[in-house]
Amino acid sequence: MSAAPMSAADVAAWRARMPGAFGRDGRARALRLLGWAAFLLWLGWALWHFGFTPERLWNGLSGLATILRLMVPPSPGELWVDILQGLAESVAMAFLGTFIAALIAVPLGFLGAGNVVTNTLFRFSLRRVFDGFRGIDQLIWALAFVRAVGLGPLAGVLAIATADVAVLAKLNAEAIENAERRQVEGVTAAGGGFLARLRFGVLPQVLPVMLAQALYFFESNTRSAAILGVVGAGGIGLQISERIRVRHWDEVAFIILLMVATVAAIDWLSARLRRRMIGG
Amino acid sequence: MYRLDSWAWLLLETANMAALATLMGAGAAVLLAFPAARNLGAGRILCPAARRLLEAMRTVPEIVFALILVWAFGVGPLAGILAIALHTAGACGKLFAEAIENTGLGAWAGVRSAGGTWMQACRFAILPQVAPNLLSYALLRFEINLRSASVIGFVGAGGIGEELYKVIAFNYYEEISAILLLVILAVCAIDLLSERLRHRVIGAMA
Repeated sequence: MSAAPMSAADVAAWRARMPGAFGRDGRARALRLLGWAAFLLWLGWALWHFGFTPERLWNGLSGLATILRLMVPPSPGELWVDILQGLAESVAMAFLGTFIAALIAVPLGFLGAGNVVTNTLFRFSLRRVFDGFRGIDQLIWALAFVRAVGLGPLAGVLAIATADVAVLAKLNAEAIENAERRQVEGVTAAGGGFLARLRFGVLPQVLPVMLAQALYFFESNTRSAAILGVVGAGGIGLQISERIRVRHWDEVAFIILLMVATVAAIDWLSARLRRRMIGG
Repeated sequence: MYRLDSWAWLLLETANMAALATLMGAGAAVLLAFPAARNLGAGRILCPAARRLLEAMRTVPEIVFALILVWAFGVGPLAGILAIALHTAGACGKLFAEAIENTGLGAWAGVRSAGGTWMQACRFAILPQVAPNLLSYALLRFEINLRSASVIGFVGAGGIGEELYKVIAFNYYEEISAILLLVILAVCAIDLLSERLRHRVIGAMA
């Protein structure tokens, strides 16, 4: 049996009863339209403001094509020893910076943990200091340290260490807060003091976590150490920015490939080490 | 003595740079993620090509892109936006492709068996399923890009970084800390805003 076709009056009645079934009502549609209009307006303004003209894009793209053409084939150039040295310096900077940050972050982590330091005001302010440090990018630290201690890898090491101490300390504090209390109670029952509780009750539990985090940071720091040299803080970044300045694009391409390969190698190595430490 | 009005304007410009770069990068990432997803069978050549391209864009740091693009496009925010967008496309493309790989293929099979082309199946079967997920990743990336946009000016690619570079170079200590404070405040504000938005997006998904 087939249903009788609905009359216009029926349709109107249903539309009044269930407006949602007939598509969005006028208000929602208007709001939607308004939202899109605002978005398009912003997009248009932003494109205009930042100078996305077809002419500029075309000129830029043809310039980029020239650069890319000059990049092939990549060549180590005459000063390839400097490049390798810069690369080694970058890895060393990342290692030393992470090492210093990890060392300082251990006591700071204990200070920031709620189950070790019970003074809420102290802990709260310490955590906010950590947050503040984290909000400043590594490159900004590097620039500041270059002004403070001069050009060279020392500024890079200090920048990496300062930027990472806060984050590592926060992660350590969280790890310590998640540690089990039973071991601590055991040490207390055996007559251990405050320090003995931390050393033998808490530390053995959180040490693998801390180590794994430090390794993870080392990984990400090899990436950032590679670019800190752009502001003069040593490492391969200095080499690449110098070669870009004199437009030796084939050497630039070589350095980029080298950087990518190094980062991949360190990622692989560190992932294996971490799996061994945590999963073992 | 503090040039608050010009800094506020620069900060706004930096945020706009980050937003535009995120939009462009995420847009490119969506286009590349469909061929890069292993489960959609984009082809023997297209799929690995898309994956390698995303990898290359992801592993080269933004600052290096910016250094090169400043030569090609001239000093200014345009180079910075394009540099951040390139890196964003690589980073988001990988996450997007993984999100696509984790979707059920029921709807996909439905559209394909109804005669839909590969593109139509991507658009009508996969995109609606992953859209909230992608949106939330893109918002997260916006937070990260705001940080990058605030330092990309160091190499002459626009935003508040150029001003910061200048005051650090001239040792205007008070202005350094004032600008840093402004940047931290802006980053925190955007983080909070974007976190709330992300929770709403994820809530809509569930």
